[in-house]
Amino acid sequence: MAWTRFGKKKDMPGGLWIKCESCGAMLFRKEFEQRNRVCGTCGYHFTLPARDRIAITADAGSFEEMWINLQAQDLLSFNDRVPYGEKLVQTRLKTGEHDAMVTGTCTVKGIPCAIGVMNFQFLGGSMGMVVGEKIALLCEMAAEKNLPVILFACSGGARMHEGAVSLMQMAKTCGALTKLNQKGVVSISVMTHPTTGGVTASFASVCDLLIAEPGALIGFAGPRVIATTIKKELPKGFQRSEFLLEKGQIDRIVPRAQMRDELARLLAYATGRDPVAAYKPLPVPVEAEVVAATAAVEAEPEAKPKKKAKQKKDA
Amino acid sequence: MTEPSAKPGVQDGLAFERPLNDLQTKIAELRKLNSGSHLELAGEIELLEDRLRRQTAEVYAQLSPWERVNVARHADRPLTSDYVQMMLDDFVELHGDRVFGEDRAIVTGLACMDGVRFLLVGHRKGKTVKDRLACNFGCAHPEGYRKAMQKMRLAEKMKLPIVTFINTPGAYPGIGAEERGQASAIARNILEIFELKVPVICIVIGEGGSGGALGIGVGDRVGMLENSYYSVISPEGCAAILWKSGDKAPEAADALKLTSKDLLRLGLVDKVIEEPLGGAHRDAKGAVERVKQQILEWVRELAAVPVPELLAQRYRKFRSMGTPISG
Repeated sequence: MAWTRFGKKKDMPGGLWIKCESCGAMLFRKEFEQRNRVCGTCGYHFTLPARDRIAITADAGSFEEMWINLQAQDLLSFNDRVPYGEKLVQTRLKTGEHDAMVTGTCTVKGIPCAIGVMNFQFLGGSMGMVVGEKIALLCEMAAEKNLPVILFACSGGARMHEGAVSLMQMAKTCGALTKLNQKGVVSISVMTHPTTGGVTASFASVCDLLIAEPGALIGFAGPRVIATTIKKELPKGFQRSEFLLEKGQIDRIVPRAQMRDELARLLAYATGRDPVAAYKPLPVPVEAEVVAATAAVEAEPEAKPKKKAKQKKDA
Repeated sequence: MTEPSAKPGVQDGLAFERPLNDLQTKIAELRKLNSGSHLELAGEIELLEDRLRRQTAEVYAQLSPWERVNVARHADRPLTSDYVQMMLDDFVELHGDRVFGEDRAIVTGLACMDGVRFLLVGHRKGKTVKDRLACNFGCAHPEGYRKAMQKMRLAEKMKLPIVTFINTPGAYPGIGAEERGQASAIARNILEIFELKVPVICIVIGEGGSGGALGIGVGDRVGMLENSYYSVISPEGCAAILWKSGDKAPEAADALKLTSKDLLRLGLVDKVIEEPLGGAHRDAKGAVERVKQQILEWVRELAAVPVPELLAQRYRKFRSMGTPISG
């Protein structure tokens, strides 16, 4: 719920350069975007807007969005300094999104799946009724169609502005995941920086496979809350992906550049396909080869991880 | 416990209780005087008692959400341990999560009440200072939630209904708790309760603190005591984040719509269980009895529901909470 802390971007005037939140290095924005918002100096993974995430995960043109128009209701008439209803309108205009979650179906290296991505830019990716509903709808649809589910978490937690209604989305999403269990459909949770509060304490932690991006803050309580409660300094690296792996809480840490390959590999295992084939580029029909060649030039950042992954496999 | 507290209410941040307590003290003094002398004070006492009743009803009808939060936290409010003591005919406490340890912040055990057997799971806050420390003030660690789940699986095997008592400021935010997967323990409980093939009844008896409450809060019937609260975040925490000041907790409590009536209106709980006049801390026995009757009613009701239907209803219940509009 401490999402407000992550909202401040240390942009430089003009927007040509951006300062790394972790090491302080000055990054040339164009290069930074090409690296999919990973710091070239220290490897720090910045939050990635939902649409960008889908673009680097799904096969080009394969994503079909569902439940686009779902919108939150201000059931509480919540008002801190700006009424919640007004805040929603402002945030919608600013982000061009209806809420903090984008859902639909796509293929990843040719493997069909259901995908849900949280959007941190929308009120800190906080989970309210729309996020909960979309995850529930996605899981129900996936259970029915026998599609594996990938959920990218990126959230400060439950949305306070929806009070206990947002709390109950924890139950709604976990309940929906049982529908997948009943059908033997596999779910994959990818926790990205930051994943905290009610999102960690619900769907993000109980998928079948738990993946994290490097250095992501993942936890139940925010570090500041813990530090004030125990009145002690927190150990270095506390609540980061590497810490969680060390403590047995997650399956794997996967850098953003390899995420697509890794997901394809896991999806292959989950759906009875060949995991080795998942590394290879999509088979291209002969007549489409020319088109694909031009597309490959445009999709340069994606080409790099593929090479890397291949080398790793060969080794 | 049934006697009015001698402690002035202000100590608990309950300023509105002061005139009521003053009146109570006055009545008690007059009573003492009456029994020790030949003065005829019975009429006067009766008058004062009548005034106290009216004033209590008035004050409690107008409590602000923040004041109710303070009633929910009242030191004399009956705790899970009081319910165990006053309500049950038999209780076999069962310890341990079989993995890491025994968390005293959650109590679990086999219970029998009026011939009805069930598994009781409840947050435990503790009465004395020593007790409170041992129970970590009702803030459970992952092992507490895992213990609860392990016992709930046992209940499923024994075909016993499950009754949970929710009373926690929240799950504990600490280093060990995070290391051992606080979030995943809570999430696992929420998910697995959906799969339990026995009826689950949840009663919020005091504080319904966020995920820490929901970790044992998914049920076929969820009831809230009148002066309890249930919230996504503590008013203090919400104020610190949105108002940038912990002092704005009363405003946050107001905005969060966390009282039992709000939760009922929002369709998040099934029933508000009314408390005796002036709150459960004035009449623990009365409060316990009301909760007992509600549990018995729900146990009987749910026993008649076939298991597949029970699970389907449980899912639908939470599935329908907070439905967005299609814009």
